Amino acid sequence: MSKKNYKLEARNLNAYYGSFQALKDINIAMEEKAVTAFIGPSGCGKSTFLRTLNRMNDYIDGFRVEGDVLLDGKEIYTKDVRVDELRKEVGMVFQKPNPFPKTVFENVVYGLKIQGIKDKKRLTEAAESSLRKTALWDEVKDKLDKSALALSGGQQQRLCIARALAISPSVILMDEPTSALDPISTAKIEELIHELKKDYTIVIVTHNMQQAGRVSDQTAFFYMGELIEFAKTKTMFTSPKHDRTQNYITGRFG
Amino acid sequence: MTNADKNRLKDKAFQVFGVFCTFIGLVVLAIFLIDIIIEGASRIDWDFLTSLPSRRASRAGIYTAWVGTLWVLVLTSIIAFPLGIAAGVYLEEYSKKTKMANFLEINIANLAGVPSIIYGLLGMEMFGRIMGLGGSLLAGALTLSLLILPIIIVTTREAIKAVPRSIRDASYALGASKWQTTWNQVLPASFGGIMTGIILSLSRAVGEAAPLIVIGALAYVPFVPTSPTDEFTVLPIQIFNWTSRPQADFLVNAAAAIIILLLITFILNGIAVYLRNKWQKRVKW
Ligand SMILES: Nc1ncnc2c1ncn2[C@@H]1O[C@H](COP(=O)(O)OP(=O)(O)O)[C@@H](O)[C@H]1O
Ligand SMILES: [Mg+2]
Repeated sequence: MSKKNYKLEARNLNAYYGSFQALKDINIAMEEKAVTAFIGPSGCGKSTFLRTLNRMNDYIDGFRVEGDVLLDGKEIYTKDVRVDELRKEVGMVFQKPNPFPKTVFENVVYGLKIQGIKDKKRLTEAAESSLRKTALWDEVKDKLDKSALALSGGQQQRLCIARALAISPSVILMDEPTSALDPISTAKIEELIHELKKDYTIVIVTHNMQQAGRVSDQTAFFYMGELIEFAKTKTMFTSPKHDRTQNYITGRFG
Repeated sequence: MTNADKNRLKDKAFQVFGVFCTFIGLVVLAIFLIDIIIEGASRIDWDFLTSLPSRRASRAGIYTAWVGTLWVLVLTSIIAFPLGIAAGVYLEEYSKKTKMANFLEINIANLAGVPSIIYGLLGMEMFGRIMGLGGSLLAGALTLSLLILPIIIVTTREAIKAVPRSIRDASYALGASKWQTTWNQVLPASFGGIMTGIILSLSRAVGEAAPLIVIGALAYVPFVPTSPTDEFTVLPIQIFNWTSRPQADFLVNAAAAIIILLLITFILNGIAVYLRNKWQKRVKW
């Protein structure tokens, strides 16, 4: 193992839903402030793996993991790790925009409020700064007290990203964040990912090869619960090592 | 005739049949209402609402009965709502889906169908005798709480279930605990549904006479209850009592009391509809 410090690592990770094994002996190390894309046919375990990184699978009855997941070199599946603390560090954005049925402002500051922060000024500042980071401020600054559900799909998704940023995580996990969006909204999100990777480590699941090519630095190809290949995105797209990878990225199966 | 024609005919026939059935229901209800109103409306005046019971039909009023009904409503709400909502939240959000949970679930649904008089017997034994509450308001309210708890639990669970998974995910992903997620997201989003269930269950409780008669609520209570340990009567018992007398004048009294009881039920249902519409407008996915 190199001396390099990785942001996120999985070592010999197996994951099960009951008796079904969804992840098989995953070993991967993701660099800090880089974008890692997870690709692979649907059902291959991308979401499952993504959700082990902030322990979102904990609530699923019968789910369990074996092996190690490390954030900043520290094991996250131990008793002394509190999941709420972990999730302050590792934010998540979902496939379908899922703003709360509350105002735009309440959405952005929700994470802070549940930490017990009540100071109006601090909340307002945090809201503005997060909305600026997602290039949403100019679009919604007059609608802060309007329902978030009145925004367009693309705006809602950027609001969800802003909401995740408000609690200052260092990692952002995105599970097919643009699959429910139109091309223009998708382009905006991709642009945003470019901006955000200066400050954040990003892991994105996508089933769009072009998107993986455009936004990511490294790509991991999963197949039937296994990590088949993990490499620099450029390398993988020009000279994949495995036939499976080659077939998948050239669209021969999917 | 082609197959499509046949299907269209069937469709039409079913529509006519459906309209007919709806119509029957409405007509019966309307006839009943009109009959009651014709008989009882003229009997309702200020004296009727503020008089104590009496052996003379013309002097008898429903003061003790409607005050008793309000008392029972308020006490039952205070007891049943927190218990029912908490149980619903626990079963839906917290309990693991074990065999035990499954067993509980089926039985709660069954309890909603148990005849109310059985609850009366249980209430008499548990609250009346063992807890020594006798035929007091508190015993009555506790008994009715048992009666409506299953309804509240079931509707609470339905309302909570209707809150999409994605809302919970969003909350958890921001570091919220289960409790915070339930309190800040799930309950507000399901509030309309929960309220609807609660109010409908209350309007069931308000019409019950049998279980209260079993625990010993009296038809003749010559004073207005002032504390939960007082004896009491309620409108349905008063109505039941009056309808069982031979004099025609008491039947008029009963009709008048039924109008008041219906009014209370309609108000409760109106509130339920209002809340549901209001919340549905606010919460859309
Ligand atoms: N909650 C669950 N319970 C049982 N099996 C699941 C659950 N979620 C996912 N799976 C199974 O795990 C495998 C991987 O799913 P997932 O991680 O969602 O794949 P992907 O995101 O790559 O499409 C699939 O076979 C899927 O059926
Ligand atoms: Mg997926």
